[in-house]
Amino acid sequence: MMALKRASVAIVGAAESDLGLCAPGTSPIDLMVQATLRALSDSGLKISDIDGIFSASTQTRYTTLALKEYLGIEPAYHDNSHIGGSSFMTHVAHAMMALEQGLCKVALITYGSTQRSVSRAAASPREYNPYETPYSPFLPAAAYAMAAARHMHQYGTKREHLAQVAVSAREWALKNPVAWEKSPLSLEDALSAKMVSYPLTVRDCCLVSDGGGAILLTLSERARDLRKKPVYVLGVGEALSHLNISNMPDLTVTAAKRSGPLAFKMAQLGVKDVDVALLYDAFSINTLLFLEDLGFCPKGEGGRFVEGGRISPGGSCPVNTNGGGLSYCHPGMYGLMLLIEATRQIRGECGERQISKCEVALAHGNGGVLSSQATVVLGAQA
Amino acid sequence: MSEFNLTTESPLGIFKSFCEEGKLAYQVTPSGQAVFYPRIVAPVTGETLSWNISKGEGTVYSTSVIYLKGVEPYNIALIDLDEGFRMMSRVEEMPPEQVSIGLRVKLKISKDAEGRALPVFVKGDST
Repeated sequence: MMALKRASVAIVGAAESDLGLCAPGTSPIDLMVQATLRALSDSGLKISDIDGIFSASTQTRYTTLALKEYLGIEPAYHDNSHIGGSSFMTHVAHAMMALEQGLCKVALITYGSTQRSVSRAAASPREYNPYETPYSPFLPAAAYAMAAARHMHQYGTKREHLAQVAVSAREWALKNPVAWEKSPLSLEDALSAKMVSYPLTVRDCCLVSDGGGAILLTLSERARDLRKKPVYVLGVGEALSHLNISNMPDLTVTAAKRSGPLAFKMAQLGVKDVDVALLYDAFSINTLLFLEDLGFCPKGEGGRFVEGGRISPGGSCPVNTNGGGLSYCHPGMYGLMLLIEATRQIRGECGERQISKCEVALAHGNGGVLSSQATVVLGAQA
Repeated sequence: MSEFNLTTESPLGIFKSFCEEGKLAYQVTPSGQAVFYPRIVAPVTGETLSWNISKGEGTVYSTSVIYLKGVEPYNIALIDLDEGFRMMSRVEEMPPEQVSIGLRVKLKISKDAEGRALPVFVKGDST
């Protein structure tokens, strides 16, 4: 297979749907289409321009078919690849391939969920695993909790470090008008919050939100003629690890250790070039693991790295400027929301939470129980 | 052992039959590598697997205590068996918050909600 070409395509439209809690009867596809219309408006394109559909959902299994039907379009290319919350980073790579090969001209990546309205159990039923389910492991939380426990055991990471991740996310969320959480959170609040799966409290666990988003991609040549400044896809990297947590070889090392270098190599950039990092924080431990595995700090140092607000507003390493899955929005699968924030940071559209001189943004997706990892590097310059 | 005949037996079915006999079964490759969960062939090589019975002695690799409304807090753990495989289970007969990484544990065949044999662990003899 020919390798994907750095900056061959760009994100030309990006938008969220309504977020938080939706009216009864709202469907995941309603949210996807709302976000799609907003992304089209952002780009200056129209529904009939879309000829590539990329999506994944736990609620609407045949997502691309549902979108085709609802929008009434005839996609030349479609992709329903599903590896959990990082699916949308994978869709960026797959859309890039399709656009480069001329299989489609305008690629839509979209997602929506009503899991807050209909409950997580209804929106995302877990498959029965005869070697895990009989123990009632309360997944996914317990899987991440065991990764956190192992990280604490091996590296001296403390609950205070996990709490700091939640506090930093909250500080960013307070600067994001559409974030779910509206009130400040202290370290003490986070530490004394209700325990869910030790060592993770409810503040270490992501929100359960309704919501969705959409991004549109075209070849870079076409992108330059559209409404907004193109956000170039400089690098993509994907890595699969396992399906079930009992088959993860080392709970303290994720496959981001592979996806990150693949994305950086393609982008011809390194971690020092990243101005803002959007890291899939379904749980507070994720942020520490991905800071380490993507190379922002050495293995085992994630906890000490976030001390003192280094990833908070005003810190030297801004992370999850939208407020993250912990405090902004987490509609079951969250990867697309990271790509939207990364795009907006590069465009300079983030208002009070805007990073100064944001040239390179990293969006890192996680799926399942640390199962799939996919990294996208976006840039202002081709 | 020859090729699996999935019309007459399954890896899970065999595993459960051993459980009902009070045994924790796992598989090994021709070169002696432990494999778990049970499969019809070895990963990577596709080689035929044979069944062994674990001594049921292991170490807690990681652990958590789950707090759910209306349920007593309970343990969930990943156990590294001495034969070289890992499985999810629970450590019982001790306060769940006292289960720690590195704790030596031993097998106990308990019952699941439907009364079927379920391998769990209890505190073992320290080494």
